[in-house]
Amino acid sequence: MNVYAYFVAGWLLIVGGYGIVRSRHMVHAIVSLAVAQAGTYVLLLAVGYQNNVTAPVFGSTEKPTKQVVDPVVQAMTLTDIVVSATVTALLLALAVQVNKRQGTVDPDELAALEG
Amino acid sequence: MSRRVRLVVFLIGGGAVAALLAIAFLSMPHFGRSEHLYRDLAVPAAVKHVTANVVSSVNFDQRGMDTFGEETILIASVVGTAALLRPAKEETERRVPDTGRTLGATRLVGYLMLPVSLVIGLDVVLHGHVTPGGGFQGGVVLATGLHLLYVSGSYPALDRLRPLELFDIVDGVGAATFAAVGLAGIAFAGSFLANVVSFGTFGALFSAGTVPILNVAVGMEVFAGIVAILAKFLDQDITVVKEGDQ
Repeated sequence: MNVYAYFVAGWLLIVGGYGIVRSRHMVHAIVSLAVAQAGTYVLLLAVGYQNNVTAPVFGSTEKPTKQVVDPVVQAMTLTDIVVSATVTALLLALAVQVNKRQGTVDPDELAALEG
Repeated sequence: MSRRVRLVVFLIGGGAVAALLAIAFLSMPHFGRSEHLYRDLAVPAAVKHVTANVVSSVNFDQRGMDTFGEETILIASVVGTAALLRPAKEETERRVPDTGRTLGATRLVGYLMLPVSLVIGLDVVLHGHVTPGGGFQGGVVLATGLHLLYVSGSYPALDRLRPLELFDIVDGVGAATFAAVGLAGIAFAGSFLANVVSFGTFGALFSAGTVPILNVAVGMEVFAGIVAILAKFLDQDITVVKEGDQ
């Protein structure tokens, strides 16, 4: 039970990679990449988790305490999500371009790319 | 490479990665443990700078430089998407007719939720240093909230209320504000992004020094950036047509 969350992260990474390999549609491949990246969010949050404590946000009346989950990995997860969003946007734009130029979104049919 | 070969290669590689991950996970510190070294350093640092939301403090104060890089990545992605999705030589942009084929219920919920989500977005940006949230999260809420206009109204309605030239400027101004706050740190406090304003009282709206200013800068940039990216994708589907396809 102590390592369950870590294995969820690993499983997401592998299953995302499997999705990319088996993909017959570029949008499907891009979503699979997003799934693989979701594994990194789960891993980061799992690393910083502590049982029976609260979020690292203190109100104006609450006395700050060190008994909170790790805020550093949460901040890194935010960075991770932003990077994932930008990568997804760029890849989708590329997929639109490929569809325009090649008339297909099946990665297998792009095997004979020109140039 | 055929699909079968590719699958075999993946099964070997993926299997090896899975095995390595399993070995690493089994010797990692236990999930839910009470020792967190970074936490023990980050929380006192945030309290010292009067920031109630420690995650915001980490993002905009302790790791401000990294967030500046992250924001630059976002701008680069907006520029890249715009470059990739600009209408090609053989394409033209047409004006779309006002097609009103929305369910009454959808329209009602959309128009009710539009102001609510915009206010929530502003709240998430402005209180990012005292409550959960911040510029990135609030910016995304604002940008997606604005698109309720498209879901519940029509594309021309969204187009009228979303002057894209203005959003491009807001995007740049947001990034420039972040850089300006950083340079002010060099000028007045000796290092990039060092705090230059008063810290205020813990948990109040005016607290945490430069963190709320940076939150607003990032909020502007994310809002404008996401709207610009979504506009490019919507245009591809709606207004851009190949010549001869009219």
